[in-house]
Amino acid sequence: MATNWTIDSVKEALAARRISARELAAEHYTRIAAGNPRLNAFLTLSEERAYAQADRVDALIAAGKPLPPLAGVPIALKDVLSTRGVRTTCGSKILEHYVPPYDATAVARLEAAGAVVLGKTNCDEFAMGSSNENSAYGPVLNPEATDRIPGGSSGGSAAVVAAGLAVAALGTDTGGSIRQPGAMCGVPAMMGSYGRVSRYGLIAFASSLDRIGPFANNVRDVAAVLQMIAGRDPNDATSTTAPVPDYAIEIAKPVEGLRIGIPKEYFGEGMDDGVRKKVEAGIEVLKKLGCKMVEIRMPHTDYAIAVYYVIATAEASSNLARYDGVRYGLRVSDDSLLSMYRKTRGAGFGAEVKRRIVLGTYVLSAGYYDAYYLKGQKVRALIAQDFRDAFTKVDAIVTPTSPVPAFKLGERTNDPLQMYLADIYTVTGSLAGIPGISVPCGKICGKLPVGLQIFGPAFGEARVLQLAHAFEQAGGATV
Amino acid sequence: MKITREDVVRVADLAYLDLSDAELETYRKQIDEILEYIGKLNELDTTNVEPMAQVLTDDQTADATIRDDVEVPCHTAAELLKQAPDPEPPYFRVPKVIER
Repeated sequence: MATNWTIDSVKEALAARRISARELAAEHYTRIAAGNPRLNAFLTLSEERAYAQADRVDALIAAGKPLPPLAGVPIALKDVLSTRGVRTTCGSKILEHYVPPYDATAVARLEAAGAVVLGKTNCDEFAMGSSNENSAYGPVLNPEATDRIPGGSSGGSAAVVAAGLAVAALGTDTGGSIRQPGAMCGVPAMMGSYGRVSRYGLIAFASSLDRIGPFANNVRDVAAVLQMIAGRDPNDATSTTAPVPDYAIEIAKPVEGLRIGIPKEYFGEGMDDGVRKKVEAGIEVLKKLGCKMVEIRMPHTDYAIAVYYVIATAEASSNLARYDGVRYGLRVSDDSLLSMYRKTRGAGFGAEVKRRIVLGTYVLSAGYYDAYYLKGQKVRALIAQDFRDAFTKVDAIVTPTSPVPAFKLGERTNDPLQMYLADIYTVTGSLAGIPGISVPCGKICGKLPVGLQIFGPAFGEARVLQLAHAFEQAGGATV
Repeated sequence: MKITREDVVRVADLAYLDLSDAELETYRKQIDEILEYIGKLNELDTTNVEPMAQVLTDDQTADATIRDDVEVPCHTAAELLKQAPDPEPPYFRVPKVIER
């Protein structure tokens, strides 16, 4: 298989005129035609839009004009991000024919930076899942091991980058949906702080948790994509005015002397032995770089999954109320309005989405609100406090991304609780609102990728990227 | 048992969600198990803990993130209506509304 392009190799090849942006897009569509029928990672291709953008880049090159930072870089977008004129399904039958009338801000910013949108990637329905098996359009296969899941919910975005079908991709993370598939497919994958990236045009799952972030072939590329999508957007009141540093400069800084917290609670029972060995070897790499390891305690870690499945389902039940068969999406006709709602939603949503709507409605319903939702919000505050306390002692926190490597298709589908527990190391950072990255940290038996997760304090993306970059440069991916 | 079949029926009704008999029973069992697991939150005394209703702190959300209350033109109405299952511009058409 041909090697994967990177942002730097694209830049260099375009500048040297060894390839045009149009040829580069065409090369990726050729790869997609060969690889996608097996992987099922792309749901919709946007050739017309991609070639129009590539031609604009080629015109700039022909005119000798300066090129924007991501000029000609072929990218893929998780199918929960709105794209004007390009079908956006959320992996759901209820939006099978939905064509958004506007672009998400993150998408518009990447295109303004010259990126070429190849198409939309498969994902768990409404981003609800950890294996991509909840897509209404069939699961994505892991390019590293095609009898296995790619992780989820952004499984398609992780898979297309790992397989070289796109140079970078955007995914979304609500409880681990960027980092966990990044770990399982062996590519760096990052979630910025809550508020770092505008969510305008992201079709909502759980609004206090949802975040958009990049997948790429190396940490530099992750930083370059984050650079373009980060920053205040007047169309999203939860995007902040916190300044965006120049990540390319920040990641080159030395990591010697940085204090890294190793929380005991993330290395307990339930972790695969192969994952443990690789992550321990990864920690040795950081030690050799001169980082100082500090054992820390995060006493509320064990409650995170319980909190997450109260808060995320409550918010989802509210957000998904909009699918009513009136304004867009599927309608199952019936003779009264209310029975039309019921039939449309009953037929349009898949099993996991319905399960979460029922659970979320239950925890918000009269008589249960205090016991579940309010209690969940209080324990969420304790989890966030664990992180604030930790970051008074350390500069970053290192953990495994997932307790297990990619599992076999169908292995966990009958037991939702077991599936939820696969997110045990990622949901904590989601609840706390802090940034986190997963970087490749070796492969079990040379085959199944393991991810090392690095958390930083709120708006400490530069620190997280800096450590991930140093780790990668020091050979962390092949421990 | 944390959740009964009647609870699931009531909640599905609140959420306007048609569920088959088989779905009702499967979800009852699975959600019962999930609620059992969520029950571990009661191990923690949270009497004096402020609930975390949102992530951003006050200094991150201050006036900076609130725009002036001015009208902005929106030209997407025609395009939005094209997405409707049963449009009758400038309206969305729905089945007869019968009182519950």
